[in-house]
Amino acid sequence: MAGTAVRRRLTWQVADVAAVCDETATVRTIELQTPDWAGHRAGQHVDVRLTAEDGYTAERSYSIASAPGEPVAITVQRLANGEVSPYLTSELRAGDELEMRGPIGGYFVWDGDDATRPLLLAAGGSGIVPFRSILRHRARSGAVVPVRLLYSVRSLADVIYRGELDQYTGSVSVTYALTRQAPPGWTGHRGRVDAPLLADVAWPVSREPVAYVCGPTAFVETVAEGLVRIGYPPDRVKTERFGGPGGS
Amino acid sequence: MEALDGNAIGGLLHEVFGTEMTAATATCACCGATGPVALFTVFLRAPGTVARCRACSAVLIVIVRAKGMNCVDLSGIARLDRLDAA
Amino acid sequence: MSPISRGFHGRRGDEAAAPGRVPPGQYVTHDFPVLSAGPTPHTPTEAWTFSIRQAGDVLKSWTWQEMRALSAETVTADIHCVTRWSKLDTRWEGVSVDTLLEQARAEAAYVLAFSDGGYTTNLPIDDVTGGQAWVAFGYDGKPLEAEHGGPARLLVPHLYFWKSAKWVRGLELLDQDEPGFWETYGYHMYGDPWREQRYAGD
Repeated sequence: MAGTAVRRRLTWQVADVAAVCDETATVRTIELQTPDWAGHRAGQHVDVRLTAEDGYTAERSYSIASAPGEPVAITVQRLANGEVSPYLTSELRAGDELEMRGPIGGYFVWDGDDATRPLLLAAGGSGIVPFRSILRHRARSGAVVPVRLLYSVRSLADVIYRGELDQYTGSVSVTYALTRQAPPGWTGHRGRVDAPLLADVAWPVSREPVAYVCGPTAFVETVAEGLVRIGYPPDRVKTERFGGPGGS
Repeated sequence: MEALDGNAIGGLLHEVFGTEMTAATATCACCGATGPVALFTVFLRAPGTVARCRACSAVLIVIVRAKGMNCVDLSGIARLDRLDAA
Repeated sequence: MSPISRGFHGRRGDEAAAPGRVPPGQYVTHDFPVLSAGPTPHTPTEAWTFSIRQAGDVLKSWTWQEMRALSAETVTADIHCVTRWSKLDTRWEGVSVDTLLEQARAEAAYVLAFSDGGYTTNLPIDDVTGGQAWVAFGYDGKPLEAEHGGPARLLVPHLYFWKSAKWVRGLELLDQDEPGFWETYGYHMYGDPWREQRYAGD
């Protein structure tokens, strides 16, 4: 298995916030300086822990947005009723400390060792974050495996990493599904990801693809089920469910 | 609030087992379904963490953190296999 | 030592509640958080029954209609969750557990409440009688929503709210105190918020 680090204990460490960068009106990427980082795999996440002055703590998990070899960055979406995300997206600034542990995960990871399987990445909302790590890892490692990214968002204004995604051509194809609002003249898909869209966009089963599906639970269940229905073997559909609005 | 999956407790399980566990394979003691820990149905918003079998909803793992210690019940898992990556 | 996160306060609410209303370690919330150890059951009222059992026998059982035909009370109470939130002046409608136990002619030292989905929680009988407990089917003037325990939940506001079993379907009468779901995993057998009895040994 590529890049396997020596088995280490997962301990909390204090990182410094190197920079913050707003991706959209409600989404911010936080770049971290981690003193003791052994590297990570594309698709992994970190746990973040905040401590208030009276000792109250809150913990959340965030996917790593950067590729293996790049400094650790996380992308956080502000949830309306959230406890942690409003702090991370509005208050936290460069120079602050952030307690975190990681990298975490060994199932929802892509190392790029298998060049024979085309990749289907299906993201709902902030589910795009681990896929940025995967796409950047693919580019940095010179992998040639073809990729189809299906990205479901409310509107184009909600697309995270728009500038970066727009640069992909050729062997990485990006398809948006706009669920709430589409610009005039939009010829792409409107509404939620459905069976016809999957049939259209997903790699045919005969190519023996592997799929990663990430986003709110309802999105993941719908898409994963849809892929299995068109013949994807369940063990080649990897899923990661995020808590949606109404959670943290 | 919808349930999450075993990925969401990756850190907690690493803390409890001392190693990454989401890719490990578990067999449900109730219905026999086998699959990766990452696919457990996970409930985080509770007085403790509860992971259930995606197929039959039986409780697989309960973890309660009290007084700085983890109380862990794995009795819902009949078998847990982890491929040693080292 | 974890560093203090500059500027982080957490979701803490109105600390200026009336003194003496909020048990130690709690904060007041204006939400009604949903906590669950499992998927939300959706038992239709046509299929719903509530029973009082003892030693394998059903002493008495009520269908939804029979339960609703009993005289119900409105209850206003503060509720306290072991995860530290408290909600003041919550309004419920339900049947007193005293009524149910009287009709069942039941006597025991302890009860184990049991629910759809397998959840259980234990209480001394003295804590579910004397006007301290209800089977509640209404919240805030409306039918109790499934995610908050509907069609009916146990309501025992003087103890931590994990004792107010959601989706309750009955009470098992016991001679000895037996730990329910959370109690088995280290939560306190009794759970008095005013003595901060969150975990076993508190």
